[in-house]
Amino acid sequence: MAQAGADKRRSGYQDMGAALQKMQDDDTANPGMLFVQLGQQLWAKPAGGNNKACGDCHSIGDMKGVAARYPAMSKDGDKPIDLEGRIRLCRTANQQAEPLAPESREVLSLAAFVANQSRGLPIAPPADPRLAPFREQGEAIYRRRQGQLNLSCAICHDDNAGKKLAGVTIPQAHPTGYPLYRLEWQVLGSLKRRLRNCLIGIRAEAYPYDAVAYVALEIYLMDRARGMVFESPGVRP
Amino acid sequence: MTQVLINAPKTAKKGEVIELKALILHVMETGFRPGTSGRIIPRNIIERFTASWNGAEIFRMDFSPAISANPFVSFFAVASESGKISFRWTGDEGFAVEESVAIDVA
Repeated sequence: MAQAGADKRRSGYQDMGAALQKMQDDDTANPGMLFVQLGQQLWAKPAGGNNKACGDCHSIGDMKGVAARYPAMSKDGDKPIDLEGRIRLCRTANQQAEPLAPESREVLSLAAFVANQSRGLPIAPPADPRLAPFREQGEAIYRRRQGQLNLSCAICHDDNAGKKLAGVTIPQAHPTGYPLYRLEWQVLGSLKRRLRNCLIGIRAEAYPYDAVAYVALEIYLMDRARGMVFESPGVRP
Repeated sequence: MTQVLINAPKTAKKGEVIELKALILHVMETGFRPGTSGRIIPRNIIERFTASWNGAEIFRMDFSPAISANPFVSFFAVASESGKISFRWTGDEGFAVEESVAIDVA
């Protein structure tokens, strides 16, 4: 997962020990693969008024590269949407099924199955100009001090990345492996969950679940990681 | 929908020591944590894992609440004969899952 040449960017993968890297690389030891497998079954399971499964409309081969270019603008084009949001939208709008709760096991598993199709591809955010204001909003949040500790994302992940916070190496915060399996969570989790964790960590108030701020941050972070290797489902400590 | 991942060699030489690895999706709820309502979430763990080779038990392990969610078990066995290696997990709330793989021993 190392970047070529003079690129100093590091995936969180490179900052963890050999044992965890091995765990991520082995598809029968990576617990994220349990959810990919579950997602594969959900993909084929018909649901809703149209009694259609994801696989009835989409070929899974067509999902190659999709996760590496999300978030993207939604079809009506007024706000950006991340991969999990897209899956939930498809579920209600096209399958006419009951909505899936955000960050539920179903949504995360489906997202992991789709994301897994992009493993090994470079992160490639779309050149859609409508995303630009959201990317700027995301960057502004990234650089804004907030919370009782009065820290911005950039203070840790740009200025002090590679140093230690307690016993843990501060990563450069490139979202290369989401949805990913954190050993601390003991479950697959979304990038949103990671962002909420960080917000709580700096003692700021986490945004509501469906806040555009998360997607804006995701757009900025994915752009910042442009060209890095996508590795979902990642494993992190 | 129970999810299991097994890593076992498809072939082995007779007498060879092989490593068998099994990973299963399970919450391993300890029974000590309060939920959002403040009430204790009832214990829900895998209690026992067994592996058998052509029906004969070769490995057994008792699980405890301190074992993490989605437990991963790795152990070794001597390849004796061709056939089926079965892995079985049983636990709280009637949890029972069995998965097997074929192995060719020459």
